[in-house]
Amino acid sequence: MISVGIEGTAHSIGSGIVKNVNGSCHVLSNIIKTYHPKKGGIHTREAANHHAEHLADVIAQSVKQAHLSYSDIDLISFSQGPGLGPCLRTTATAARALSLSIEKPLIGVNHCVAHLEIGRGTLDACTDPVLLYTSGANTQVIAFAEGKYRVFGETLDIGIGNCLDKFGRGIGLEFPSGPKLEKLALQGTEYLELPYSIKGMDIAFSGLLTAAEQLVAKKKRIEDICYSIQETAFAALTEVTERAMAHTEKSEVLLGGGVASNKRLRSMVETMAQERNASFFVPAQDLCIDNGAMIAWLGFLMYDSGVRMTLEESSINQRFRTDMVEVTWRD
Amino acid sequence: MTNKMIYKGAEAEIRVTDYMGKNAVVKQRIPKSYRISEIDSSLITSRTKEESKLIAEARSCGVSVPLLFDINVAQGRIIMQYLKGDRVKDILNTVSEQQRKKICYMIGESVAKLHNNNLIHGDITTSNMILVDNRLHFIDFGLGSKNTELESKGVDLHVLMEALESTHSQHPRCFKYVLQGYTKAFEGNANAVLHKIEDIVRRGRYR
Repeated sequence: MISVGIEGTAHSIGSGIVKNVNGSCHVLSNIIKTYHPKKGGIHTREAANHHAEHLADVIAQSVKQAHLSYSDIDLISFSQGPGLGPCLRTTATAARALSLSIEKPLIGVNHCVAHLEIGRGTLDACTDPVLLYTSGANTQVIAFAEGKYRVFGETLDIGIGNCLDKFGRGIGLEFPSGPKLEKLALQGTEYLELPYSIKGMDIAFSGLLTAAEQLVAKKKRIEDICYSIQETAFAALTEVTERAMAHTEKSEVLLGGGVASNKRLRSMVETMAQERNASFFVPAQDLCIDNGAMIAWLGFLMYDSGVRMTLEESSINQRFRTDMVEVTWRD
Repeated sequence: MTNKMIYKGAEAEIRVTDYMGKNAVVKQRIPKSYRISEIDSSLITSRTKEESKLIAEARSCGVSVPLLFDINVAQGRIIMQYLKGDRVKDILNTVSEQQRKKICYMIGESVAKLHNNNLIHGDITTSNMILVDNRLHFIDFGLGSKNTELESKGVDLHVLMEALESTHSQHPRCFKYVLQGYTKAFEGNANAVLHKIEDIVRRGRYR
């Protein structure tokens, strides 16, 4: 079965095509195009306009790169939520149009669950992980328990990526500022104390952001502040992940989301995993960030397990929670 | 220490030991090499100190906790009474609905007693409760604090709500029973705390 997946929850659009080979996911193509704001953060309307302008092209490229034609496609999946309303609506419209024109079934999927399933689908040894999903908007610790993907810990205020972006914007870094902040942090030498906020398995970043901005106002070295933000925030993320692993008694950890590109975060979680004799997994870079292949794969898993969706049921859900998904494809 | 490890948590190892002829456990916080030593040592020290204080205070406000035998803040070590009983996490799904209601009600009462004295447990999950002869004991105050704010009490209960939803999801009434016990035993305005929980839920993402 050939499944095409269309992603567009936030600043990126993507179209990916996957094929099921004995239960594992083979990615045939995975095209991603990202909207870059001229200044500031994501402007939702402009992002949606960007998506509308480029989606048809991105989908066509993905079909071409997979050496297929539209008639080879068996299923169209799209990210139904959570995400920014205008972006989601643009994506869903494109998916519906494709489904109607090539007369193939349509399935809307949960974006967060897709981040987890692409890990299980493409990494053979990854079977039952705790996912640390860190992106601009999302910061969740997700694991499978009692028939559903459940959120064991999550941010109580802003996503970690959003925290890094907001801080970066204040010191004049372009969006997304995470990668630039990571470079600056490498030159940090002194740790400046910042709030380390963990509540059970939940986490909070707004206090850390305010404190870091105060350090800027006090003219502390920017490199040291960046270093301290990363060390504090990532240690807290690693700790809640470890707590969730202990709580759920699972021995695999998987990273997902844009912030998972950060080398320091990776190395912290990997060290934690080693110390608990757990396995550590990160999907390939283009499957870790927002992408269409993961949407295509989750759509396939759902369809294969008997899920069907009518056009009427395909409306988007900005607040589509991870634990709202009925997991029909695994025990 | 060569004592047998009975539990390896996220931040500490629990071993059984003998303390002057009594059954005891050693809770040893383990340095984490993933975080820099500045953060690691300050977390270990402050949590060990805070936890010991909170355990002692919880007892004085009528909540069952293990007896403290010895504390070494610098080494992140607490030696306390060994509680022989059942973890609530392990039994809550299998007991009768009536028994489950009783346990949850007790949980609510105990949390209220802590909150009456501004003690915030910080990690109220069913893994951190042990039932010994029908008496509910709280363990692991490692993320606890003393705080008079309504917000902290709300967050404390919200952590429990999420734990119940994720670990005991097939018994959806658990948290309702907890709140019944809480409302009964809380000396302040319990409704204000319940409203705070709703606030926190709403504030969360995608609600």
